[in-house]
Amino acid sequence: MYYIQPHYHGISRTTQDYARMAQAGVVAVAEPSFWAGFDHQYAGSFIDYFRQISEFEPTRAAQYGIRHFCWIAVNPKESENLSLSREVMTAMPSFFDKPTVLGIGEIGLNKNTRNELVIFQEQLELAIKYRQLVLIHTPHLADKRKGTQLTLELLHNLHADPQRVWIDHVEEHTIKAVLDAGYWAGMTLYPTTKMSPSRAADMLEIYGSERLLVNSSADWGPSSPFTLQECAMEYRSRGHSEQELIDVFHNNPARFLGQSSKFDISPIGLSPEPIANSTSARP
Amino acid sequence: MNKNNVLDRYYLDCRCMLLELAATLDRYDRAALPPRGVKPVDERLLRLGRAIAILSQASAQPDRTQRILQLLSDPDL
Repeated sequence: MYYIQPHYHGISRTTQDYARMAQAGVVAVAEPSFWAGFDHQYAGSFIDYFRQISEFEPTRAAQYGIRHFCWIAVNPKESENLSLSREVMTAMPSFFDKPTVLGIGEIGLNKNTRNELVIFQEQLELAIKYRQLVLIHTPHLADKRKGTQLTLELLHNLHADPQRVWIDHVEEHTIKAVLDAGYWAGMTLYPTTKMSPSRAADMLEIYGSERLLVNSSADWGPSSPFTLQECAMEYRSRGHSEQELIDVFHNNPARFLGQSSKFDISPIGLSPEPIANSTSARP
Repeated sequence: MNKNNVLDRYYLDCRCMLLELAATLDRYDRAALPPRGVKPVDERLLRLGRAIAILSQASAQPDRTQRILQLLSDPDL
């Protein structure tokens, strides 16, 4: 079984994660820019962070045979500071040509404030101008429903191409609106407090796997990259085939991220014919 | 711990467990009927319903856990 982990924050994880993910079948990860647990004070801090995830982190993952891609952005939580956000945004285009940068993300809303909306819109316009893929964070807990609605309205007003936009952290009360509008939807699994592997398996069964992504968003908080494998086990235990698993956990990320020419991992199809073993192949 | 501390510390865990319970009951409702000859209404589901009712009942004593465990116990001593 091969996995692509489409939302993973490697800079806050130990190298042991990469070793264990490789052992567990992960062939690639994509690392969005996010909040590091405290607010950056300087634009240069963001630039160094973008350098870290676009230049250094791929070398760390490569030691274990894992491809590492990334997204750059001012994350929603820090976008409250308009002047700092705009200073960072002027430097972002210089990263778009780097070989592992897939697009702009995660942008979006955290507390649904006016300033967050302003920077969200400006980063979306930047993505449209430079034809970048977009990864959108939706708020957690009580702010999610309103934040998702505001997100959908903004995307509609800007005429964003739904096929190139992934709206993340959907749950039962937001997934339908996202899929109905034609966007990709991501379900983010956590060991506690938020989406669980069994609930994600439920939604795969209810809505089907088309334009649905599953990720673990392992970061500096209580989280684990292996909730992805837990979800695959849950899905398999309900009788879903190996090809269905590969479609969800490998091929769907390959399909969405593969819209960037830099992401060169193709979907996998299992052969319908059994492959002869070495004994029977001998004369 | 005071009452606010309890909610500060355990609210998110409770929210998560509540959603898991709701998702499990939804899963049950969506699931296919059991094979012919098997009772469609399982006694365990009825017990869960009674236990959920206990959760929302006010009580003079903080004894919801004990009452639910008694409800879920073999009645034959």
